[in-house]
Amino acid sequence: MSNAVSILNGATFEGAVTVTEAGLRGMITLRGDLDSEAMKKAVKASVGVALPKQRKIKSGKRGAVAWMSPDELLLLVDYDQADMLVAKMKSILAEEHHLVFNVSDARAMFTLSGAGAREVLAKGAPVDLSRSVFGKGAIRRSRIGQIAAAFWTLDGEEFEVVCFRSVGAFMYDWLSIAAAKGSLPEYL
Amino acid sequence: MSTRLVSGGSVIDRETSVSFTFNGKTFNGHKGDTLASALLANGQTLVGRSFKYHRPRGIMASGAEEPNALVNLGQGGRFEPNQRTTTTEVFDGLTATSQNHWPSLEFDIGAINNKVPRLLPAGFYYKTFMKPQWAWKHLFEPIIRQSAGLGNAPKEADSDRYEYFYAYVDVLIVGGGMAGLVAALEAGKSGAKVLLIEQTANFGGRLAVDDVLINGKPSDGWLQQTIAELDAMDNVTIRTRMMGSGVFDHSYAMGYERINDHAPDNTAPRHRLWRIRAKRIVTATGALERPIAFAGNDIPGVMLASAVRDYVSMFGVSAGDRTVVITNNDDAYRTAITLKKAGLDVPAILDARPEANGPLPTEARNLGIRVETGKAIASVKGYKCVNGVEVCDQAGEGTILETIPCDVVAMSGGWSPVVHLWSHCGGKLNWDEPNAMFSPDPSRPPLGADGTGFVLTAGTASGELQTAAAMRNASFAGRQAATEAGFMAIDDATPVVIANDEEPMLPIWVMPHGAPYKLRSESWLDFQNDVKVSDVRLAAQEGFESVEHTKRYTTLGMATDQGKLSNINGLAILADSLNAPIPQVGTTTFRPPYTPISLGSMAGEARGNLFKPTRKSPIDSWQAKHNAIWEPVSDWRRPYTYRSDGESTEQAVTREINNTRNGVSILDASTLGKILVKGPHAAKFLDLIYTNMMSSLKVGKCRYGLMCNENGFLFDDGVVARLGEDEFLCHTTSGGSDAVHGWMEEWLQTEWWDLQVYTANVTEQFAQIAIVGPNARKVLEKLGGMNVSSEALPFMSFIDGGLAGIQARPFRISFSGELSYEIAVPAAQGQAFWDKVMEAGEEFGMMPYGTEALHVMRAEKGFIMIGDETDGTVIPQDLKLGWAVSKKKEDFIGKRAQERSHLQREDRKQLVGLLTENPHDVLPDGAHAVEGGKNRYGQENMIGHVTSTYFSPTLGHSIAMALIKGGSKRMGEVLTFPVGKDRVIKATVVDPVFYDKEGARQNV
Repeated sequence: MSNAVSILNGATFEGAVTVTEAGLRGMITLRGDLDSEAMKKAVKASVGVALPKQRKIKSGKRGAVAWMSPDELLLLVDYDQADMLVAKMKSILAEEHHLVFNVSDARAMFTLSGAGAREVLAKGAPVDLSRSVFGKGAIRRSRIGQIAAAFWTLDGEEFEVVCFRSVGAFMYDWLSIAAAKGSLPEYL
Repeated sequence: MSTRLVSGGSVIDRETSVSFTFNGKTFNGHKGDTLASALLANGQTLVGRSFKYHRPRGIMASGAEEPNALVNLGQGGRFEPNQRTTTTEVFDGLTATSQNHWPSLEFDIGAINNKVPRLLPAGFYYKTFMKPQWAWKHLFEPIIRQSAGLGNAPKEADSDRYEYFYAYVDVLIVGGGMAGLVAALEAGKSGAKVLLIEQTANFGGRLAVDDVLINGKPSDGWLQQTIAELDAMDNVTIRTRMMGSGVFDHSYAMGYERINDHAPDNTAPRHRLWRIRAKRIVTATGALERPIAFAGNDIPGVMLASAVRDYVSMFGVSAGDRTVVITNNDDAYRTAITLKKAGLDVPAILDARPEANGPLPTEARNLGIRVETGKAIASVKGYKCVNGVEVCDQAGEGTILETIPCDVVAMSGGWSPVVHLWSHCGGKLNWDEPNAMFSPDPSRPPLGADGTGFVLTAGTASGELQTAAAMRNASFAGRQAATEAGFMAIDDATPVVIANDEEPMLPIWVMPHGAPYKLRSESWLDFQNDVKVSDVRLAAQEGFESVEHTKRYTTLGMATDQGKLSNINGLAILADSLNAPIPQVGTTTFRPPYTPISLGSMAGEARGNLFKPTRKSPIDSWQAKHNAIWEPVSDWRRPYTYRSDGESTEQAVTREINNTRNGVSILDASTLGKILVKGPHAAKFLDLIYTNMMSSLKVGKCRYGLMCNENGFLFDDGVVARLGEDEFLCHTTSGGSDAVHGWMEEWLQTEWWDLQVYTANVTEQFAQIAIVGPNARKVLEKLGGMNVSSEALPFMSFIDGGLAGIQARPFRISFSGELSYEIAVPAAQGQAFWDKVMEAGEEFGMMPYGTEALHVMRAEKGFIMIGDETDGTVIPQDLKLGWAVSKKKEDFIGKRAQERSHLQREDRKQLVGLLTENPHDVLPDGAHAVEGGKNRYGQENMIGHVTSTYFSPTLGHSIAMALIKGGSKRMGEVLTFPVGKDRVIKATVVDPVFYDKEGARQNV
């Protein structure tokens, strides 16, 4: 897949917080009965971890799995592995009602690193981003400014943001403005 | 004359000077000064002209309530009109100019209005200048518009930036005075997450000026200690220069933070609009002093009594040398005492009450100040500044007893709690008779989702005007807020306050009591909008009995200060005129924001390239490099055409069409919506969503489908591909993908939750590249990788495989009538695939085409476009698409509606084709067809309108589609389209399929 390109080729903005376009990441939408054994097996088989609780993301050596809704998960895997894992999960889930689809190309992804990362997000997302509420392994599907987005933190410090590919450049510009030096409220 | 005192000024830094200009004159102030205190320090008491009569106006207050002293602030990209000098902190380089005068502040021609006020009484625009009719628009209105108004509109774009910030707290406290601080301390001790916001740069509120003893020590020490304690608490944040500007449903508050208005720079945003979710909101917003309505109370030098002592105490500035205090309460004596102690002259305190013997009047008398009870001001002498006051009995009609020379009048008509934030979401008020004010009724708070109150008031804002009671009230409010937010409040001892007792005030609404018309017509209520006692009386006399009507008729309280000083006085006058008790007349509605906030803060970061998201396809940067002329298609930007050197846009479109019809072209169709529908009931579900049958579609095949809403109206269309027995891919319009996905989910989640179906919006997973034209297949064959023969890939089918080494799914579908493949490839490889197609197509003359060529070619084929041929009132049958509405299906969305008689009528507007008489006349889009005769409004009778219209290069003549009343029965009729003053285009009704009616070209 040498032809595959991400939206901004890894562009970086250094401000009060560093914004980096994270390149291509494998992402798989998985819908189905989150309580079923086959579902647990499918997730375990592809990323090696158990299902996350509501509004949580769990990561393992082979990727991460995020709770998206009562019947939807998002799997984060290597870009090159996505199609293979889709096929694998399809066969595990063959006997039950489900939807599994590779959405890696539909997305743009960014990382926010630096102490003020959560404040950058709080400028655009109507979400309580305080440390005590939005800690390690938290994820939200919300919006950032005018754009639909999801974001999470695995370690409680660095944040990852995904949005649709078509608005990736807009998101990068938005995050860069919000991360400008001297602009953090220093509240969270 | 006003000036800087040798000492004093608790908030200024006398070591640091700042230089600023007012009307071009350079002045000096100190760091910590407001523009108002700095102007007074420089002897500038005349600051602006009034709205209607151009009366000279000065500084009246020391805070957010200031009605008069508004200026044009800043220059160029930082210019802003109507900025209150009392809330503007001075900085080096500040520039301000006064407003609403010509040619100058000192000499203003417009003041002629002041000489003829009878021409401009309350509601004058409703009853004067009525005749002759033309004169309003051409004579009176321009003159009045020229004469009335405040600041100028900015001419340049705002050079600052702004942002939002979302915060979540247990307890939000608005106001950093004594009450707010103690409430924060109490709530903070419980462990609740507390945010306290203070609109000025300083904490303390009135306590910073009017000292008391707290726990036996001067209150200043208590203030410092409390702020230090709050700073030390991890769960408490206190921020200054941040106004609690509005309270909204569900305990949602708006905070307006002025980050660097006091020190403009280019790094930080100028303002930050905080959107705060709080479990409980405590308003510790204090109270505002009321003016008194006496003749000449608007002359520069007449000020609120509290403001006069604020300037002395906080800024070390005297408003004048000789101050007469006029009051109906004890509090104003503090002003006289402060002035006297600062070495200034107080010739008299005029107290309208029959007697005044409390501790404060006694202290004043002991300082040697003359106190006159039962007395009033008949009139203030002076025009641009105060020269003196004429004293009379409050009880009489204004017979002058003596004239006292002075240059400042410090007035106090009592205090009104700031109830704005309490009231924004429906908190109710009680009339407090002894204090003549409206206070929050704690038993009727604004209610949250759980039915409990979510706003509490603290201190003076609760109506507790005495400091000791305010402290107890605020302390309790802090604990109650914490408890209600789910925390355990600590029951410590409340700080004990020792302050002077105050004797009851006496409500005075007009001065003197029997003031005749002449005095009433010079007694101002609303200083900013020039509303006088006589105006409110006139409104009452003319039948405007409701306070809301009086407000609008007189404009009382409708200026930028929203009547902070005028409301209570105005409605008391109205009540008096109506002979009704004040609470029965009621108040006007309090609405956010508390004081005006910048438009920039509301826009937030959404300006310039962040104004609105633009969706870009994976091919966007290539298109930009190849002279794409952009067209917005919903949120996407798409190439309208690609213009070559020296070509007009029209020529480019024609070239693209000819190249497609005669050779082969490429189109970026990535923006088309793509929704995956999967599950055991997917086919059943789509039978309900689409008007036509989808369950009969074979795997590997495509079918064009229509979607209607419950009312039967067509709202989206597209090609559906069956990927498997239980899996479909539904294409939607470019603008419709999100809405259609939401539509499907809504039906699945709320109505048909028994259907086993999942959907996913996979629009952006794929770049969709269309290769179109007679040579299209040759290009695909050259790309190589799959069999694309007409047998392997017939019309309306698709196959999965690879082309040019890239995973690809060509759909054999056509929106142009040509041999056409729409090829879906992974979006990240979209550009790579596009490049390979361009390369492979080079020998066949491959070129890209844009949306306009697409539109012309689909119109040549009579294909409809959602949004052109539909407008939300059109059903498929109107568009000759009845064939795509199933008659076999038991149900689908819109079926029942389409059976209604109105939708069955034969004379509905129906789609027709049009050929103009002159083949080179192109009908204007939207042109109306008329059939002669006029309707009851004298307009031509219309029978329909043009929905799509183009010059067809393929056919060499113009073509159009139109929705015409009973159109399907008008074949061959000639219709008339008036298109200009004297111009008419005639066109014949024809079949809307203009080109290749048999569809032979696409089926090869």
